[in-house]
Amino acid sequence: MDKITKGQPKSEDPLNLLKEFTAARIAIGRAGTSIPIKQALEFKLAHAHARDAVYSVLDTEGILNNLTRFNLPGLLLHSKANSRAQYLQRPDLGRKLNEESAEQLRANSGNYDVVIIIADGLSATAVNENSGGLLKCLIPLLLDARLKIAPVCLVEQGRVALGDELAYLLNARLAIMLIGERPGLSSADSIGAYLTYNPKPGLTDESRNCISNIRPHGLKYKAAAGKIFYLVQEAFRLKLSGVGLKDNQGLLGR
Amino acid sequence: MTYHHTIKGKAYGFDDLKTLLAKASPFRTGDALAGLCAESYEERVAAQMVLADVPLKNFLNEVIIPYEEDEITRLIIDSHDANAFTPVDHLTVGELRDWLLSDDTNAAVLKSIEAGLTPEMVAAVSKLMGNQDLIAAAKKIEVVTRFRNTIGLKGHFSTRLQPNHPTDDPKGIAASIIEGLLYASGDAVIGINPATDSPAGVMQLLRMIDTLRQQFEIPIQSCVLSHITTTLELINKNADAPVDLCFQSIGGTEQTNTSFGINLALIEEAYQATLSLNRGTIGNNVMYFETGQGSALSANAHHGVDQQTCEVRAYAIARKFNPMLVNTVVGFIGPEYLYDGKQIIRAALEDHFCGKLLGLPMGVDVCYTNHAEADQDDMDNLLTLLGVAGCNFIMGIPGSDDIMLNYQSTSFHDALYLRKVLDLKPAPEFEQWLIKQGIMDEKGSLTSKNQAGLLSHFGGLWIK
Repeated sequence: MDKITKGQPKSEDPLNLLKEFTAARIAIGRAGTSIPIKQALEFKLAHAHARDAVYSVLDTEGILNNLTRFNLPGLLLHSKANSRAQYLQRPDLGRKLNEESAEQLRANSGNYDVVIIIADGLSATAVNENSGGLLKCLIPLLLDARLKIAPVCLVEQGRVALGDELAYLLNARLAIMLIGERPGLSSADSIGAYLTYNPKPGLTDESRNCISNIRPHGLKYKAAAGKIFYLVQEAFRLKLSGVGLKDNQGLLGR
Repeated sequence: MTYHHTIKGKAYGFDDLKTLLAKASPFRTGDALAGLCAESYEERVAAQMVLADVPLKNFLNEVIIPYEEDEITRLIIDSHDANAFTPVDHLTVGELRDWLLSDDTNAAVLKSIEAGLTPEMVAAVSKLMGNQDLIAAAKKIEVVTRFRNTIGLKGHFSTRLQPNHPTDDPKGIAASIIEGLLYASGDAVIGINPATDSPAGVMQLLRMIDTLRQQFEIPIQSCVLSHITTTLELINKNADAPVDLCFQSIGGTEQTNTSFGINLALIEEAYQATLSLNRGTIGNNVMYFETGQGSALSANAHHGVDQQTCEVRAYAIARKFNPMLVNTVVGFIGPEYLYDGKQIIRAALEDHFCGKLLGLPMGVDVCYTNHAEADQDDMDNLLTLLGVAGCNFIMGIPGSDDIMLNYQSTSFHDALYLRKVLDLKPAPEFEQWLIKQGIMDEKGSLTSKNQAGLLSHFGGLWIK
């Protein structure tokens, strides 16, 4: 038998010229009816990053080390979800603090303007890698505005709504929740920032403002901090957050 | 009415039919989250044993959501066809299962009782069926629909070309459409999920596809999957709006649909408006519905009814409006409803079977999110099972990766694979077009030799 002829290299795919118009996985060629091995492995790698991010663990020490320059104490807290498997199956448990954490918050209750909460969400990788850079830009803005910042709260197995109960127990007027977003194939390290004015348990999405896709290759730290700070100022000025708090400066437009 | 069963001296009681249905459901996380599922393996089988002995007639006398409270219940009861029900009205749920699988029960027989079955009867029987049963029974049924081509014929298998783009950029969308057509995808519909619901944006995309379709005389239909009110407004304001299919997501309880901003009257209005455009050439199936287990729980609107039964109730709405396509988006909702590949696969086979038995042109979005315990291998399995079961269509997405909705579905390649291993053809009209254009040969293989020429033809006109 003669030597087989190798498959057509990707660069010769006649559909290549379509690629400049979209990030979709077009012009990837085919091996028979299948996706060629190079492109199949690239896809697998992207999925592997997303899966690893879902199972990543909050690096509490690293995150607190990033905060030492601001002299802000930290609190280590945990939701009612005991494991990642339970967290994924029972979102209701991820929205509630466990008893010990609630006690800790009551003991630290004070008259605070803002509490910054850092939760793993669906990607601890996102906050492990990006919360430091974001807070380096954001905290000076809050301090310059003479806002009283509560101890920074680190929450394991946490979901967005947990921040409202947490801030309520601390007696903080505004909650800023930085949480790992659900990883996509193109990015596994996005932070979502959620703001609630006058936070209390039982609030739903319409009471919060959200800024998403915060990461070095998405919405960059400085721009994200600027948007968050704009919302903080507006929330205090209007005494509300959520659907009633609009982006009047075009700052939040995509 | 209460239901009882005793196993080895242990008595199991089920307060009513909806509790029995929930406890008899094969395990899935959504029912656990709702606090509805059986508490042990034994209790689940006890419930299934009880359910097997429930006469089908009971489902007409004991509704699971009150008639006065829910317009879907009213639709189900008021549209029940007693004559069609007659041949099976003496059966229990378990007897129905055996009858569905018997050699003499064929497509014509099943078609004749279709209007006599309620969603709850169909959900009930599916809970007693294994994956194999769900495939074998669905395989018997042929649901054919027509607009500009014919979808659902035995031996044929179609795809919805899903060329989504994060900012609805027309060039980006056109690039994915052209690639998809050159991969023989799009006979069920070219269907775009818009990133924003702006009427002007939707109109621009509709016009783009329509011009492409006319210029190359492609026998397909298009759809922009905006909210039904947006589509209705487009039709009402533009007599020449190129709306082929009218889309809406639907759920199985009135309250779920309220959370979607719809009701039956609104769907009826949009259905009539779309029909009035009279754009179909060989048929008048103009609706495209999407569903998915878990939507009622997600909207906190499940009334204590398990998620699979809620799903099948949504099919009562779909069949009222003679849809061209019904698509269950099975793995999109996330692991708190369907945890892993096993649960997603089972749910998809249930939805496909139940929809088909109720007379719907079922397709399945074979898909998963990154926080579900599933991967491409699970999707390969499901895709193949659905092909064997006679599923009408799946999605076609560049490289399986939807860059707008951020989840993984089936690729253009997946459909080619399935057609090849199961010897299935695209919709006949589309197949002829593909052969004429030199995209596919008579045997159904893709011919790469003409790709470059065709691309300059398409691309030159549509991109540059």
